Amino acid sequence: MKIPYFPGCTLKTTAKNFEISAIASAKKIGIDFIELDRWNCCGVVSSLTSDDLMKHLAPVRNFLRVQEMNKQGIVENENRMVTLCSMCYNTLSLSNKRMKENADDLQKVNDFMHREEENYKGDVDVVHFLSILDEYGFDKLAQKVTKPLKDLKVASYYGCTLLRPKSVGIDDTEDPKILENFVKALGADAIDWDAKSRCCGSYHTVNNVDIVYRLVQGIVDDAKKNGADAIITSCPLCAFNLDVRQSEIKDKNPDYQTLPIYYFTQLMGLALEIDKQDLGLEFNKIEPEKLLKKLNLLS
Amino acid sequence: MDAEIKMLKVHLAGELFEVPEGSTIMMAFEYAGFQLKRGVGCREGYCGACATVYREKGDYKLQGGLACQTVVTDGMTIAQIPFVPAEKPIYDLTQLSPDVSTFTELFPSVFRCVSCNTCTKACPQDIQVMDYIQAIIRGDIARAADLSFDCIRCGLCAMRCPAEIVQYNNATLARRLYGHYLAKKSPELEKRIIEIEDGKYDKQINDLNEMGKEELSKIYFNREIKIS
Repeated sequence: MKIPYFPGCTLKTTAKNFEISAIASAKKIGIDFIELDRWNCCGVVSSLTSDDLMKHLAPVRNFLRVQEMNKQGIVENENRMVTLCSMCYNTLSLSNKRMKENADDLQKVNDFMHREEENYKGDVDVVHFLSILDEYGFDKLAQKVTKPLKDLKVASYYGCTLLRPKSVGIDDTEDPKILENFVKALGADAIDWDAKSRCCGSYHTVNNVDIVYRLVQGIVDDAKKNGADAIITSCPLCAFNLDVRQSEIKDKNPDYQTLPIYYFTQLMGLALEIDKQDLGLEFNKIEPEKLLKKLNLLS
Repeated sequence: MDAEIKMLKVHLAGELFEVPEGSTIMMAFEYAGFQLKRGVGCREGYCGACATVYREKGDYKLQGGLACQTVVTDGMTIAQIPFVPAEKPIYDLTQLSPDVSTFTELFPSVFRCVSCNTCTKACPQDIQVMDYIQAIIRGDIARAADLSFDCIRCGLCAMRCPAEIVQYNNATLARRLYGHYLAKKSPELEKRIIEIEDGKYDKQINDLNEMGKEELSKIYFNREIKIS
């Protein structure tokens, strides 16, 4: 199956491990990510103001690339655009929803791009890779696993943007299960915990880092309390806060026990036995290999 | 007898003038008696010094172009831009890294791009300006250098950008980073530099320096041109 793929800026810079592990893992189960040949930043944060239509040009231009790929036969009748980064997913989905539901806004955006782009017809669907896997079937995924992640206790961290607002959430806002189902399909243990959809501090990491330290420590402590060996995420900003900021907490308090942070696709790649270099573990800040080696999951 | 030259009416800097048909905007200014000291350069479309803003009769659009390359039309209204006082941070190229962090430091405004594409529409060189800005945002310096290669730094992109990004100075930095850090090094070049330093070509240069103008033009025009 070939599917148009929107990477987003972070996956090309600080979250390369997310991208390479996802592409290699998807390929292993027969899903080819075809990167849009031209794409632009999703806009990062969806503008909530009603008169700020210009912020929606960025998402719509990306949808137009999917329209073109279908027209050029690069993909066949595939109106879905897959994303990996939770924030890109959220921003693109909210814009798309607004364009689909509000003909006046769509018209204005198309008018702005008059003579430079085709009109956006509003028929592209933004999907997160986890939803693609859900549709593929976690039972089927489990059958493809060649190295079950036995005895690995994983805390699934959703953060905010995969689940909220409800209109674009990929699962139940209060009681999501999709990541836990994914973890079980890989043969690992999905622990239940409270902090799975708490905020990591997000952009406070830029100039209010103390807020992030406090929130990250709360999330990691809750994962440890519930017996987790590791935390997985699908958001590069959550990953940065949990991984880099947690390691800084450790720098300040040498007795602090850290938990390794993985992108969910890194564990998927491990279970599907993709090439080790495609796991991109060298990009993880908190030592990622020790735990996996201890459980004989990595040589 | 000379053929009758048709005259066109144009508004230059707020005044009405008649200039010969076929004039470029720059020729029109000079025909009308303006002495251009800024906003003029090579007159061949290469240097980018003569950014201009104009509107054609009956059209609502404000258009940008190069004064030396844009031919006037009847009823055109024109304003010449002396120069673009855009932000130009000072940096030491040898102390930078060829990745997105350099732009975060020197040009943080680049991240304000909303992909409106106004820059691309303003570019007289038909460069995909928005695409190279987007390449910078995702740290693809080589792509930014490649896409912006034909930039002549006229500044029209920055003048129109609603996000107040200085596109062309970002592009210059991208090409410098590419050249200094990312471009494939040529061993032939290194070899030639050593040959020059060792004086291999000193005699030839001295011979040329001592030639008179006549002899020099003779060998110049009779030179062998290799087209591979």
